[in-house]
Amino acid sequence: MKKEFICIVCPRGCHITVHEDGSITGNMCKRGIEYVKTEMTAPKRIVTSTVRTVFSEMPRVSVKTDRPVPKELIMDVMKELSKVIITTPMSLGDVVIENILDTGANIVLTRSCMK
Amino acid sequence: MKRDIIVIGGGAGGLAAAIAAKEENKDVLLIEREDRLGGILNQCIHNGFGLEVFKEEYTGPEYAEKFIEKARHLKIDYLLNTTVISLTKEEDEFILYTSSLAEGIQKYTSKAVIMTTGCYERTRGSIVIPGDRPKGVITAGSAQRYLNIDGYMVGKKVFILGSGDIGLIMARRMHLEGASVLGVAELMPYSNGLTRNIVQCLNDFDIPLYLSHTVTEVVADEKHRLTQITIQQVNERFEPIQGTEKKFDVDTLLLSIGLIPDVTLLDNLPVETDPLTKSVKINQACETSVPGLFIAGNSLQVHDLADNVSKESERAGHHAADYIDMKRTKEKGIPVQAGDHILYVTPQYIDFSWGNAEIICSFRSRKKIEKAALNVTQNGKTLIRKRLNFVVPAEMETFELNIEDIDGIGDIRVDLEVLS
Repeated sequence: MKKEFICIVCPRGCHITVHEDGSITGNMCKRGIEYVKTEMTAPKRIVTSTVRTVFSEMPRVSVKTDRPVPKELIMDVMKELSKVIITTPMSLGDVVIENILDTGANIVLTRSCMK
Repeated sequence: MKRDIIVIGGGAGGLAAAIAAKEENKDVLLIEREDRLGGILNQCIHNGFGLEVFKEEYTGPEYAEKFIEKARHLKIDYLLNTTVISLTKEEDEFILYTSSLAEGIQKYTSKAVIMTTGCYERTRGSIVIPGDRPKGVITAGSAQRYLNIDGYMVGKKVFILGSGDIGLIMARRMHLEGASVLGVAELMPYSNGLTRNIVQCLNDFDIPLYLSHTVTEVVADEKHRLTQITIQQVNERFEPIQGTEKKFDVDTLLLSIGLIPDVTLLDNLPVETDPLTKSVKINQACETSVPGLFIAGNSLQVHDLADNVSKESERAGHHAADYIDMKRTKEKGIPVQAGDHILYVTPQYIDFSWGNAEIICSFRSRKKIEKAALNVTQNGKTLIRKRLNFVVPAEMETFELNIEDIDGIGDIRVDLEVLS
């Protein structure tokens, strides 16, 4: 399947196409090839979101994965986060879910909640 | 009690300004209208903050916390839930009236003021969208606040007008929270957001971006709720092209159509305004035409990155401290003019009485230029000439001037030359 990418290595933003035979066109430098290879083989992203709390002063508190997780798992991570409710005061950096979906990443608070 | 410096606004700018001034042992009061410090950073839960200042990537709240911790450590006085409702100057004294539920109306005075009040979003009223006026049309930043701070969704079927960074970030955010995000329309033939956000917010989730498109019809049901929008392609004069209509059934239209510096507090002061930045003119010390009144961050010029807000505001904090320490006779200064292909440039004046202040200039181009040369000249003499590749309006550029190169008379011109 033909795939198109916008390279984000530099501000030029090349539109790069990977063709069915594996050839790559549209990149103006070789860094574009490296970028596309990573994106094709193992794209990963940090997921940031919020989780519910029981506190009316702060009904939501922000969280993130403490390392990038495979891109295809992003919606599954979101599903796990929707099950979480913070019931006790916690600090920035505290772990909410350990090793989420076996990715090796923890869900941590990105701000303190009622502390 | 008269303060040395009052900082208005406790976000990315105000925190950095207050810290810088306090580190020079000034008596600083920071005034914030929300119930917590951090400003808009609190609702920017995505990452990408701090790479410039801390060389590490943080989310907005984490980035804010770094500064809040430092402000606490320095024991900076601050007021929360307090809005400055008037700012005037008599003789050498600034007079501020504040309003808060706890304290009612209060008066504060200071020798200097730093404005770090950020910006507000352009709303539907500032552009022309034909059709009904239903519920469900809302600015992207407001939706961001409702979702990330207050915890509720503004809609389930969403379209976004404008490709500013907040719009792109909200496209991803609404998608992650289960909304169906049908597309983003951008009037210009290029995106106004950072490329990184196009890739990670739209492409990652197959959200279409319609360049050279705008919303030409908004339809509501009998309960005045949004039900449908129409987008159309536009020609080079931004006129809708017949036959290119696309209809989307939506309950929410998010607007990400630009930010305007919030300087309404300065209405009663004799500040010189700049129609290009929609803010006020400053010299290289971030000082306005009113001596002792400093301004920085998004209330001075809308930045791409919070890191740059912090850096600029830190400079303003140092300069305000300097102002307290040393009496100087303010000069009007040498004007810095935005020339060819330049949208705006700051500072707008170089003031020789601030000869010790470094001159960091910021500008944006009016259009996308693949290969450009930046020319900074005065009286026909070249101060700076440098090659710039891929200049786009969405990305602010900076350069530094040396005060020793500048003549005491004659405007400085900043031009972008298009190289073939």
